[in-house]
Amino acid sequence: MPADIVPTQAAPVEPSGGVIHDIGYQRYEGPRLGRGYAARSLYVHSLRAAFGLGRSAKSKIFPWLVVALVFMIATVAVAVRGQSGTALLGYLQFTDTVSMPTLLFLAVVAPELVSRDLRAHVLPLYFSRPLSRSDYALTKLGAMTTAAWLLLASPQLLMFIGGVFSRKDGMSGLLDELHDFGQGVSYAAIAAVAFSALAVLLASLSSRRAVAAAVIAGVYLVTAPVAVVLATLGGAIGKVSPVINPVTLIEGLERWLYGRNTGVDIGDYGVVYLAVAVVLLVAYVALLLARYRKVAA
Amino acid sequence: MALIETRSLTKRYPRVTALDAFTVDIEPGIIGLVGANGAGKSTLIKTLLGLSSPTSGTIRVLGLDPARDGEAIRGRVGYMPEHDSLPPDMVAAEFVTHMARMSGLPRTAARERASEALRHVGLYEERYRQIGGYSTGMKQRVKLAQALVHDPDLLLLDEPTNGLDPAGRDAMLALVHRIGTEFGISVMVCSHLLGEVERICDSLVAIDSGKLLRADRISAMTVQRDVLAIEVDEGTERLEAGLARAGLPVTREGRILLVPLESDQTYDVILGTVAELDLPLHRLDQRRHRVAELFSAQPQPREVENRAS
Repeated sequence: MPADIVPTQAAPVEPSGGVIHDIGYQRYEGPRLGRGYAARSLYVHSLRAAFGLGRSAKSKIFPWLVVALVFMIATVAVAVRGQSGTALLGYLQFTDTVSMPTLLFLAVVAPELVSRDLRAHVLPLYFSRPLSRSDYALTKLGAMTTAAWLLLASPQLLMFIGGVFSRKDGMSGLLDELHDFGQGVSYAAIAAVAFSALAVLLASLSSRRAVAAAVIAGVYLVTAPVAVVLATLGGAIGKVSPVINPVTLIEGLERWLYGRNTGVDIGDYGVVYLAVAVVLLVAYVALLLARYRKVAA
Repeated sequence: MALIETRSLTKRYPRVTALDAFTVDIEPGIIGLVGANGAGKSTLIKTLLGLSSPTSGTIRVLGLDPARDGEAIRGRVGYMPEHDSLPPDMVAAEFVTHMARMSGLPRTAARERASEALRHVGLYEERYRQIGGYSTGMKQRVKLAQALVHDPDLLLLDEPTNGLDPAGRDAMLALVHRIGTEFGISVMVCSHLLGEVERICDSLVAIDSGKLLRADRISAMTVQRDVLAIEVDEGTERLEAGLARAGLPVTREGRILLVPLESDQTYDVILGTVAELDLPLHRLDQRRHRVAELFSAQPQPREVENRAS
């Protein structure tokens, strides 16, 4: 028998005197992955938490109610298109149609991801680990954005599959469909980023989930009528005023980028919508990072 | 290699100086960091973790500079904060697993070590319960488990006995002592209760208003400072004068005379003096000074108001 497969009975070297307790402590010699791994783990953990996974049954109710709602809308759209042959609800339009449930989703989920940690004072435990404060903030924002995008984009995947089967024009039809679908999910990404940045920033300011949820929903609900009133003034003010509401801001952007008539009259000011959207996004992220530099650890 | 090395470490906030020319070398072991609330303990911890950069001076932890290698240090240090810091709606085992992954442990290792850490702190049976339903003592143990889960080289425990009843305090101190001795992990225990930490520590660092009061091994502090207590039935004044003539720094405490025990000869000198004066010796015994008395000669640690922490 070759020597190298003889089981060696030599006991592992015990550095602390060779006494083996039944509850002995074992040092960890395995790999220690760094900050990137920690951030990825936090991202997955947070993304799961956004849909209540790994949480109590109670915290699954609301997210999945919203998921059911958006898929119901998508299913109806597929069914109508299959019957009538014309798309009642396009990919781009889908995001605008479900913007209200999406906002409610953000109002509930963003505090779940952010305020909860503030409330329980868990941050010192994170910040005493390799992860930095900015890593934490950006990871949470990333998880929220992904969750919102999945909510907006995955029903569109269902619509795409349904759409492909209802088309009779072969390969060129498939490409057309793919192009529209691509527009739809890219616009969903814009909406997800724009909504999440504001929602996570607002949630990070309050440790009380209910307060944070009310503030997030409030910002959208209060600015909407103001934008409508200002829009009636017409002229430059009327054409630019929709930027003050996040929903009409991205609808204006959508009209400029994809040329869909969203009902928001942007006139020649499309580039203003883009500029405002970019400036706001940068400001929200900067404020979020500043918030986490200051937050007590 | 020293565990922690600071040189003239200073941290100034706009209104207060939290650390003031703090210089200390700390060797591995169980270290007590003692000081009143606001003495600078929390600032020192934050500086050790690289979460707060010093205004001036240098600091090295595990041979690394927290300002440059904060990430590496935070990967090898476990921190248990003073206040409640646990999500009530999470299961303890899941939470500690999550925290292990935050420290860089791969998924499987994180889960295994989370179970182990909870077992070591005595929460094995209860580990699948939600933290919200735990008692204060159990929550403290979860906090300790999450600090221990990634097998750190240094544990920083901020007031680990906070909010515990006497039995809970004893259990927590015994656990900390075991971690420091059996597990071979250096532990720094921050406390405002000297009597508590001196029972389990190898060395002690006393801090007041950001300044180092004293840092030494407990053994050095007690042995060097042993005193002899002498009591005679009469003629205390004459003995006091006689001992002073013999060159001993004698102090009086009521009917008792105290003489620091410098060497074995101190006994001979005292007995000689007593015999010479022909006094009835009532007792002569050795007192081990409690560490608390070492600081009594120093400025008393006082509460500092509005200390930024």
